[in-house]
Amino acid sequence: MALNSKIPAGSLEDKWEKYKSTCKLVNPANKRQLEVIVIGTGLAGASAAASLGELGYKVKTFCFQDSPRRAHSIAAQGGINAAKNYQNDGDSTYRLFYDTVKGGDYRAREANVYRLASVSANIIDQCVAQGVPFAREYGGLLSNRSFGGTQVQRTFYAAGQTGQQLLIGAYQALERQVALGNVTQYSRHEMLDIVMIEGKARGVIVRNLVTGELERHFGHAVLLCSGGYGNVFYLSTNAMGSNVTAAWKAHKKGAFFGNPCYTQIHPTCIPVSGDHQSKLTLMSESLRNDGRIWVPKKQGDNRKPNEIPEEERDYYLERRYPAFGNLVPRDVASRAAKERCDAGYGVGASKQAVYLDYASAIQRYGKIEVSKQGIENADAATITKLGKEVVKEKYGNLFDMYAKITGENPYEVPMRIYPAVHYTMGGVWVDYELQTTIPGLYALGEANFSDHGANRLGASALMQGLADGYFVIPYTLGNNLADDIRTKSIPTDHPAFVAAENEVRERINKLMSIKGTESVESFHKRLGKIMWDKCGMARNEKGLKEAIEEIKALRKEFWSNVRIPGEVNEYNPELDKANRVADFLELGELMCIDALNRNESCGGHFREEYQTEDGEAERRDDEYMYVAAWEYKGDSNFVLHKEDLNYEVVHPTQRSYK
Amino acid sequence: MEHYNMNLTLKVWKQKNTNEKGRFETYHVKDISSEMSFLEMFDVLNEQLIAEGKEPVAFDHDCREGICGMCSMVINGRAHGKWEQTTTCQLHMRAFKDGETIVVEPWRASAFPVIKDLVVDRQSFDRIIQAGGYVSVNTGNAVDANAIPIEKHMADEAFASAACIGCGACVAACPNASAMLFLSAKVSHLAMLPQGSPERKERVMNMVNQMDKEGFGSCTNIGACEAECPKGISIENIARLNREYLGAMFDGGSKNAI
Repeated sequence: MALNSKIPAGSLEDKWEKYKSTCKLVNPANKRQLEVIVIGTGLAGASAAASLGELGYKVKTFCFQDSPRRAHSIAAQGGINAAKNYQNDGDSTYRLFYDTVKGGDYRAREANVYRLASVSANIIDQCVAQGVPFAREYGGLLSNRSFGGTQVQRTFYAAGQTGQQLLIGAYQALERQVALGNVTQYSRHEMLDIVMIEGKARGVIVRNLVTGELERHFGHAVLLCSGGYGNVFYLSTNAMGSNVTAAWKAHKKGAFFGNPCYTQIHPTCIPVSGDHQSKLTLMSESLRNDGRIWVPKKQGDNRKPNEIPEEERDYYLERRYPAFGNLVPRDVASRAAKERCDAGYGVGASKQAVYLDYASAIQRYGKIEVSKQGIENADAATITKLGKEVVKEKYGNLFDMYAKITGENPYEVPMRIYPAVHYTMGGVWVDYELQTTIPGLYALGEANFSDHGANRLGASALMQGLADGYFVIPYTLGNNLADDIRTKSIPTDHPAFVAAENEVRERINKLMSIKGTESVESFHKRLGKIMWDKCGMARNEKGLKEAIEEIKALRKEFWSNVRIPGEVNEYNPELDKANRVADFLELGELMCIDALNRNESCGGHFREEYQTEDGEAERRDDEYMYVAAWEYKGDSNFVLHKEDLNYEVVHPTQRSYK
Repeated sequence: MEHYNMNLTLKVWKQKNTNEKGRFETYHVKDISSEMSFLEMFDVLNEQLIAEGKEPVAFDHDCREGICGMCSMVINGRAHGKWEQTTTCQLHMRAFKDGETIVVEPWRASAFPVIKDLVVDRQSFDRIIQAGGYVSVNTGNAVDANAIPIEKHMADEAFASAACIGCGACVAACPNASAMLFLSAKVSHLAMLPQGSPERKERVMNMVNQMDKEGFGSCTNIGACEAECPKGISIENIARLNREYLGAMFDGGSKNAI
């Protein structure tokens, strides 16, 4: 099967405009007869469901949480990018497009990224109209901040809770459609399979997590808005429930999986404190604006940080990357921290951490305050006190969070940080219309692969989720459903529904009947360790080959020795988790296969064999400038399809931050 | 910060489902690190129970960074435990000493029926939002984001109200199981912004009616909601709600709100 990305003809600027003006439409009376299923209610799912409900489609939403408002988009801190150019600093649609393609290390589809940039401004308008309380200046207009990988100020934010405020906006729009009867909402429900009829996605099998019952739901189309798969690593900044199950079931039914190995490791997270660790917490990228990152110059130095004199500290980012210093992109900063820790210079009890130090920022801000306030001959204590006040105003909520988790005071001692899995750029392969290789099945937001290439820039995840849901899918879905207006609702006693439900039931019964000795959590942790050690920040051929065998063996062990307490027909979180971990155990293998296939380093994918003399990522455009789209052919059997990336406007170059 | 390990006794509410009666069950956990979060201590307990062939304790949780609003435990009589402005998932074991006994219960309110053990059903909150907790604006209708300036202090105040995570601690803390802090935070957030103003009267009437229908109690100005709120939502929101409600009443209220 040849991949058809369906990119419209014409110049980059005209493609989307032309598509919108010429795509097929569905009249309002027909929309009322068309049913759409939305899986997941984060930014992509909630915005899509609300917008489609407004248009008149009959929509059903499903989420595994107890309310759509809990989806993990809620945890995004920093902000959302948009090419508004309110700051008059030279921003434009083209510049946002260019930064995103370059940030993605030239592995994203130009046409999609341009569309993303061109609808970004509409997103901000829409959110403000919904009552999203973005930060404002004294003049009453919107405020912007800068973020990594750009030279303009285009990030809109609501304190350190931008994701929360955007999701609440989308959630409220969704609840309005529920009240109007256009959307039916199912909470504590998890999708466990896609129902295929005559080659099209026509419904889903979901499990009611409260009663354990399986339900069948018909839809003319199914939208996967189920987020990323970072939890394959066990420890990540994802929510505990974030999972790949919906996307993976779709993959096994024929949807190709794009670039599964592209994982974003975020450099500034609170490090692991022990074996009990259940998740990792991000500290916003903005902290690298003022903090300095260092480790001791001596290996295994056990002195307290404040006892290590200045000349015995190695500010390794400033040393290696004098031009960008502490502000190098995420992938570069993460790898550099790993390199130092692996070489024996790590700090803290685990030695898997580096310092993020605010001491010099406090002094710098203190001196500025002293001069602003006209204090003459200020003593050291006054400077420090005033400096701390400035830092508190800028980063207070993050410092508080750090103190709560670690019990240490970051105003007095440097913070300990370490990289952690944060986002997955890979996902279900989609064409320009966000349709997967299964007709009638779409993927939006982090669940798809399309816009971020091999590395996502900060504040772009929120932008993509809302672009897909508010402004792309309402057009592209109509263009396809226009051909489906004669399809009547298919009753759910159709043999395809019965067969799909039976398959799901058998799998659950099989899991429950194992009655082994090891918990689901324990298997998940073991998988996470393999993935982190061998398919994490740095990968090599030998490690990946080992990982593939280890995952296969672990999967076999899981299916013969997992212990799931409780019953099927009741609220049973251990069974929910087992269903998800079983899928992670298959996905992990594909991620390693993809990483092994990609004999180059790009963005978040770093193959140790492909680096420059001074340890930087070496891209190989001649051979790997393609999207790897994997087709499922059975257990451990995946077939590679390539979508060549054609750069018509941007000219790829090797990134340098020295 | 010195790390230490502790042994603890837990008295945890166990309830098979909504219809059956619940009871306290006593458990013992050993070598709990002071660096664990409260929920990681529960992970240890559950792993121990599974290894012993017993049923683990069901509890709600998701983001584990204090923002999703899913976690919900009453710990030693306090919603989310004794640390101020902290969700259960951000409470850490440093808050406890070796040998302590900790009592853990679910949110208790008739509008939040227990699903199992510590897990409750909070869909009543969704229905209160459905009654009017939004701005009626369809996708694509928006004017330019900077077309309507909003005074900074109003935007900041609206944000402070909008910071509510919908966890329900205010209901759990209130002796009357009132949802007034939750409701008032949403009414305030939207009423303070020009975008939310046109439908403020219908909104407040409809949302209050829905809250009453759900069986939440009335507000008698005790203030426990504000004290236990993990996001520091101010009780001034309730005063603002009352003004909004009175204003709407004198104005004839909503045509829909009966």
